[in-house]
Amino acid sequence: MDGVLIMQGKSPSSGWQLFGAIKGLASSYWITLLHLFRKPITEQYPEFKRTLPARTRGKIILTRSPDGKERCVACYLCSGVCPVSCISMAAAESEDGRRYASWFRINFARCIFCGLCEEACPTLALQLTPEFEFCGTDILHFVYEKEDLLVAHGGKNSDYDFYKHCGIGANSEKGRRDNEKEPVNIRSNMP
Amino acid sequence: MITLLIKLASLLAVVLLLTAYLVLIERKLLGRFQLRYGPNRAGFHGLLQSFADGIKLLLKEDIVPAGADRFIFIYAPAIVAIVPLLLLAVIPFGDTSILMGKEIPMVIANLNVGVLYVLALSSLGVYGVILGGWAANSKYSLLGAIRATAQMISYELALGLSLVPVVMLAHSFSMVDIVNAQARYPFILVQPVAFIIFIISAMAEAKRLPFDLPEAENELMAGFHTEYSGMRFALFFLGEYINMIALGALVAVFFLGGWRGPLLPPVIWLLLKILLVPFLLIWTRATLPRLRYDQLMHFGWKFLVPVALLNIVFSGGIILWMGS
Repeated sequence: MDGVLIMQGKSPSSGWQLFGAIKGLASSYWITLLHLFRKPITEQYPEFKRTLPARTRGKIILTRSPDGKERCVACYLCSGVCPVSCISMAAAESEDGRRYASWFRINFARCIFCGLCEEACPTLALQLTPEFEFCGTDILHFVYEKEDLLVAHGGKNSDYDFYKHCGIGANSEKGRRDNEKEPVNIRSNMP
Repeated sequence: MITLLIKLASLLAVVLLLTAYLVLIERKLLGRFQLRYGPNRAGFHGLLQSFADGIKLLLKEDIVPAGADRFIFIYAPAIVAIVPLLLLAVIPFGDTSILMGKEIPMVIANLNVGVLYVLALSSLGVYGVILGGWAANSKYSLLGAIRATAQMISYELALGLSLVPVVMLAHSFSMVDIVNAQARYPFILVQPVAFIIFIISAMAEAKRLPFDLPEAENELMAGFHTEYSGMRFALFFLGEYINMIALGALVAVFFLGGWRGPLLPPVIWLLLKILLVPFLLIWTRATLPRLRYDQLMHFGWKFLVPVALLNIVFSGGIILWMGS
């Protein structure tokens, strides 16, 4: 009613204003009273745990490729991208030329769970999991070493194997990797 | 003498327990209004929450800010907590009963100027607020204290004027006589306008939404008690909730017939009526947003006071006409 009168360029009479005000008050009181008798929508956390999406950014793990070897190639990209510098490692090389981290450390007391390390990781080794319940009172317990971080599975993409795509070192067999064709003989490959 | 002490002790115990649980009731109810559960972790359904909060507040560090006026800063919270407690002294909680041949009035002090006493005390409560806000030597506190003073002065008038028709109906300033005058019907039936004015002024007196400008969390941190911590803050908090109960008791006495009611014992009736006002205040808190400062003053001085005055004139006329 008020709106119509204002649109017509007239101001509503004070009687109408008072009526509108009382009506507005009464309806808002009624709405809140109805809410009093509705079931709360709260999920009571320790008793009720909702299943979190697979991509929830929680505790960080180091995964393994399908053949059970460590995926991490110690490229330092995760520690480089980490905004709080909570990842540190030292690179090493095995006899077959495969790189790995001789030690790998994440300080979860500093980690902000931004997930940039996971995005930076070229081999899908470092992944964030939905697990987040690992609080504690001793700050040193939050320094996780490689043994604490390594898991026995492949995480979100268990089929992927980095070394099957790129081979180990420059001397590996050409044409034997995943999704790779045999090399073309440039002398016979005439138009 | 002994009966007086017993009455005092029992009133104090009941009121303080009620206050502790009023905090819980408010948090629970507000939670349900907002589709939450409210506190339900400490004890069965959160019943020990108030005690947990009390222990926490007791153990907190008591900070007096640098530059604060120590003496006033320390004693201001006491005024806020004591005033509503004193106010409860004139509330009758039952009919005069006879025990061992002696008449025992079920009221701590049957003052013949009970209404004036109540109004005077509610004005005194402002002192705790303004002194606390002033002594803290903080901008937020001072702003809150100034707002509180302006607000409480404007609503005091409407509060007092809304009680004039009640006094005219009861022919007495004594709370006991006012309750006795409502033996046939509660005054809310004949004085609905005065009742509404009293409730609105009571909301402003209790510094609660929509009139919580002195505290205005989002603008002034906590208003006049910004700088308080620990038990001194708890006293402000306690005072606010005792005040809610005291205002509930006043509404019960002035408009709802005090302890009078069928079937149930008088004390239970009084408690039920007292709890009506806190429920209304909590419901309002869940419903209405805060008023702007000028809207609040406008509403108090230009609407409530004239309406209260008109109400006095009309009621007086009708009482004269009915009486003759």
